[in-house]
Amino acid sequence: MAVTDYLRQRFFPHMWCPGCGHGTILNSLLRAVEELELSKNDIVMTSGIGCSARISGYVDFHSLHTLHGRALAFATGVKLSKPELTLLVPMGDGDALAIGGNHFIHAARRNIDITAIVMNNRIYGMTGGQFSPLSGPGVKATTAPYTTIDANFDVVKLAIAAGASFVARSTAYHARESTEILKKAIMHKGFSVVEILSQCPTHYGRKNKEGDAVAMLELHKTNTAKLGSKQLEENPNLVARGIFIQEERAEYCIEYGKIVEHAQRRNVK
Amino acid sequence: MAKKTLKEHRINRDWCKGCGICVALCPKHVLELDQSDKAVALRLEDCICCKLCEIRCPDLAIEVIMEEGERDD
Amino acid sequence: MTEMIRFVQGNEACVEGALYAGLEFFAGYPITPSTEIAELLSGRLPTNGGKFIQMEDEIASMCAIIGASLTGHKVMTATSGPGFSLKQEAIGYACMAEIPCVIVNVQRGGPSTGNPTHVSQGDINQARWGTHGDHSIIALTASNHQDIFAMTVDAFNLAETYRTPVVLLLDEAVGHMREKLTIPAKDELQIIDRLRTSLGKDVDYHPYLPREDGRLPMSDFGGDHRYNVTGLYHDMWGFPSANPKVVNQLLRHLVDKIENNVHAITRYKEYYLEDAHYIMVSYGSSARSAIHLAEERRKRGERIGVLELQSIWPFPTEVVREKCAAARAVVVVEMNMGQVLAQVKSAVEHPERVFLANRIDGKLIAPHDIKKLLRVIQGKGV
Repeated sequence: MAVTDYLRQRFFPHMWCPGCGHGTILNSLLRAVEELELSKNDIVMTSGIGCSARISGYVDFHSLHTLHGRALAFATGVKLSKPELTLLVPMGDGDALAIGGNHFIHAARRNIDITAIVMNNRIYGMTGGQFSPLSGPGVKATTAPYTTIDANFDVVKLAIAAGASFVARSTAYHARESTEILKKAIMHKGFSVVEILSQCPTHYGRKNKEGDAVAMLELHKTNTAKLGSKQLEENPNLVARGIFIQEERAEYCIEYGKIVEHAQRRNVK
Repeated sequence: MAKKTLKEHRINRDWCKGCGICVALCPKHVLELDQSDKAVALRLEDCICCKLCEIRCPDLAIEVIMEEGERDD
Repeated sequence: MTEMIRFVQGNEACVEGALYAGLEFFAGYPITPSTEIAELLSGRLPTNGGKFIQMEDEIASMCAIIGASLTGHKVMTATSGPGFSLKQEAIGYACMAEIPCVIVNVQRGGPSTGNPTHVSQGDINQARWGTHGDHSIIALTASNHQDIFAMTVDAFNLAETYRTPVVLLLDEAVGHMREKLTIPAKDELQIIDRLRTSLGKDVDYHPYLPREDGRLPMSDFGGDHRYNVTGLYHDMWGFPSANPKVVNQLLRHLVDKIENNVHAITRYKEYYLEDAHYIMVSYGSSARSAIHLAEERRKRGERIGVLELQSIWPFPTEVVREKCAAARAVVVVEMNMGQVLAQVKSAVEHPERVFLANRIDGKLIAPHDIKKLLRVIQGKGV
């Protein structure tokens, strides 16, 4: 199947701005689904609120566009009630880690088999460019006219500390790499987190003089380096890309299945 | 091995928003934006079918169509 | 068949009712005085293949049951005041996206943390208007364990019939006290399952296109029909739309599907109403005191009766008007500052004849609390 066969084409062109990295992430994700030959009927995509969240309307899967920050809580209900489904949960940075921060760490703690994708453009785009918990200090935003003083989360470290058993990072520039990582994340049995750096030329780029979409994309190339690369060793200030953790660990739905078996055995006695 | 050769760049003009990512990041400078800011493939003979334009397109508007070429012995 | 008689807490009667109705998925968070419902279900649900999950907070519990309802399961959560406040966002989502689910609120004193271990009926209006925006909702209540069981079953039936969240308003007194419960035999009470689409897999399914009777057949996530569910105003495919016609039609549908069926949804009980000069309108644990008082006074020949409401929303305006038409005075007995009183006043022909007998101090309203007011109304002095 072509990638466009996974789209609800009647809703295109999509609503994202010209050059928005979110479209590229959708593109990479659909390639991962296509290459894994997953059936559309087996996939549920759950999203929250914001620019990122509109992604779920465009895909020809079962799609659940929920509340700001709550995508993982809804997804947990879907997954536990029907564990054979594949759950894809793309979220924005504010969505996943500010208002949804609690759901994020607890989904990771449970190690429930859901693929969380943080589309990180370091800004609240839908509301017009306010700083997010991933903006970091020294950033201009509509709510930080004198630049931000807030430190940012490191999504990778946060996810690992909270218990996610697969954690990776890539960028919209590295679209092929994103697809490969997403394939592994989807196949991983447990909670997987993939942070993908995205560009928001409309709000972040303009306020912070990072140039147009192309210039911002190229920053993903110059500011990052592969895990284990010489480049990263020589310049630890670069943002590392790659798979940080990939471990087999007790998965929530499988463990709950054991509880059901145990309870039923006990009940028979 | 059969070598794949370019058949065409299928560009969906209704979906293309003219961001220029495909134009700037094509290693062979095959694409350009036309007067209505839509991507067009001009130098087809230079295309190496790397599909970077297709996989990076944020509008999912480009498809690089290839066909089986002659045997590459 | 031998009768199943148990001596249980009200919260346990609710659990039994939910399992009888076919509950398959429960998500919750510990909160007094509803915690027993979660505790009991954590043990009971897996024994019949159901699922229980303790979520990270009240919000997540509400979200999780909506997710589980979409895969085709009967779902419930239970909470109390502060938790009910937190759930409002997702309750609104369930209203908008028309997801069947049951929310039990074992009421305690509010506002805020309030009076966690004491009784109140202060969440009547919150059940109606807790979430933002116009919408309609169903709320049921009960005063004894047999009725808690029946109303819990009804809550599921109504949720599945009207594709809506249904709030079951219990209270600390009825939730925690123990009394007899007879569990009905299988098939004794009607169980309603959701309407599912009969469309084949290659037929274009419109999840949000109501049939002529206003109902929307569902399709389970994971099935053959892939569609979008959103809390935004949406078209017949479930895709976001701000088209004024779409918005207007959807909001009217959300309200009408419930308000136009108020007769089918209304549940009440009446005691000695035929010739009553004085009528007490009450519900939940307050109704127990009202009924007790009426029984006592009837023995003395006083013409006094009780209208016990079991459905609060949509408010049974016509039933209240008809039943109270001949009364010299109506006394609303409740444990709040007059939330049902306001509804009764607007329902009856003579609002000046409607009085409030209440307690708001965390203590169960007793027959003598009502008696004092009744004496004044009856002109018997203070």
